[in-house]
Amino acid sequence: MAFDSLQTIVEACGREGKGFWQIVMEDDMREREVSWQDSRNEMYHIWDAMLLAAATYDAGLTSKSGLVGGDGAKMEAYQKQQGEDSFCGEYMCGVIAGALQMGESNACMKRIVAAPTAGACGVLPAVLVPYFHKRGCSLDQILEALYVAAGIGQVIALRSSISGAAGGCQAEIGSASAMAAGALVHLKQGSPEQIIHAAAMALKNLLGLVCDPVAGLVEVPCVKRNVVGAVNAMASADMALAGITSRIPPDQVIDAMKEIGDNMGAAFRETALGGLANTQTAHDIARKLNGDGSGPGQA
Amino acid sequence: MNLFDILGPVMVGPSSSHTAGAVRIGNLGRKLLKEEPVRADILLHGSFATTGVGHGTDCALIAGLLGMRPDDMRISDSFRIAKDRGLSFTFTNKTLKDAHPNTAVLSLYGKSGQHIEVQAASIGGGRVMVHKLDGIEVDFSAEMPTLVVYNLDRPGYVSEVADLLANHKINIATMHLYRDKRGGYGVMVMETDQPIPEDALRSLERMRGVRKVIFINTEV
Repeated sequence: MAFDSLQTIVEACGREGKGFWQIVMEDDMREREVSWQDSRNEMYHIWDAMLLAAATYDAGLTSKSGLVGGDGAKMEAYQKQQGEDSFCGEYMCGVIAGALQMGESNACMKRIVAAPTAGACGVLPAVLVPYFHKRGCSLDQILEALYVAAGIGQVIALRSSISGAAGGCQAEIGSASAMAAGALVHLKQGSPEQIIHAAAMALKNLLGLVCDPVAGLVEVPCVKRNVVGAVNAMASADMALAGITSRIPPDQVIDAMKEIGDNMGAAFRETALGGLANTQTAHDIARKLNGDGSGPGQA
Repeated sequence: MNLFDILGPVMVGPSSSHTAGAVRIGNLGRKLLKEEPVRADILLHGSFATTGVGHGTDCALIAGLLGMRPDDMRISDSFRIAKDRGLSFTFTNKTLKDAHPNTAVLSLYGKSGQHIEVQAASIGGGRVMVHKLDGIEVDFSAEMPTLVVYNLDRPGYVSEVADLLANHKINIATMHLYRDKRGGYGVMVMETDQPIPEDALRSLERMRGVRKVIFINTEV
């Protein structure tokens, strides 16, 4: 049975002398009754799909609404032109570009990996792909980091939710950011404790974030929120590696997210009735989309 | 829920709940109907109704009914493919009582006249739950091999079905009984650790008082 607490995973690490990723992988082997090779192959398939999606970004595409497309390419050009002179530095600008590009690919109905959802699909690859290419880590390390991420996501899904319709954007981008933060800590050989505290800090920073998609599309503000998820994951991982902890225990942070989600008005849970979706401009966009029938599904 | 429901699915965007989950609901409806659907009357509730078209929920449901998977690049073209394959459909927005925000009710007719009504919800990350079958409240995800038996609500059926599965060396992982009213029809839902062979399903269908047997193998 999947873990319903991050603390339980950390305790299992201590008791069995294993890494966080190993505890999660062994649980997957038990749960699905598969060998470690089968489990690893499945994870490799996920990583391969992320790499392929990142490599096949098409700057020329725009979403059916016309709201999204090309920003990832602008960011990449800026990154190359500015180098270390940009505020975020070259590496971080690459992460930002990656998050934008994956979010745009999703909006343009290309094939992506939901992590944990399609709306939040840009966060994990944005932090992992540049690390893999530029910091020269091994494939095994990346796959281990993906197990760490998935284990964190599984606990969040069980204790709270990973659905914007149920818990708002905090449940999607917040969860993705927590998963990515834990994965990054693993790549730097952080401890299981550091992994869950990085996840907790990342999630805390995004608590309360509402899901308010303009015209109901996974486009605005979703694509750019992948950026904040990725950047926040890196900051949280660095904090945890510096020895900083979340003052609220990680499992309780997840419980707080659930409470906030349960009390969030329906207008802020993916219904496109509140927040940015309720602005004058958003109404104009929605009216235009419905009027000319250019939305997907009208074909 | 397994690990690869969290990292995954590999899918066509833009929304895991509204696109990938909707494909899975359609696919599950097709499997529950047990034959090629020719007509689908679909109710959309909550966020499926308000933002469904923008997410391609409608074409995703139809894609699933046609047997497509969430990573099928033809999903956005499913309306045209449905026309070619002789599947007609309607969509209606309707507010349901006590339903999950991402809920669809599929009233399906098959080519040989089979009919089933399935109420299912997309609960996040592409995962789905069936909440009603032909008006009877149920609760299953079909993430494991799942056996659904419509039977008369009388003593003894549970043990007969369990015995038959045991004789075929099939382990029952979970089992739930649902019914609309005492002594009427009930629905038995079992998740099993092994797939159920065809001959066992035929034997189940021949059992007295059993109205319908549906088996869904592994994930949809």
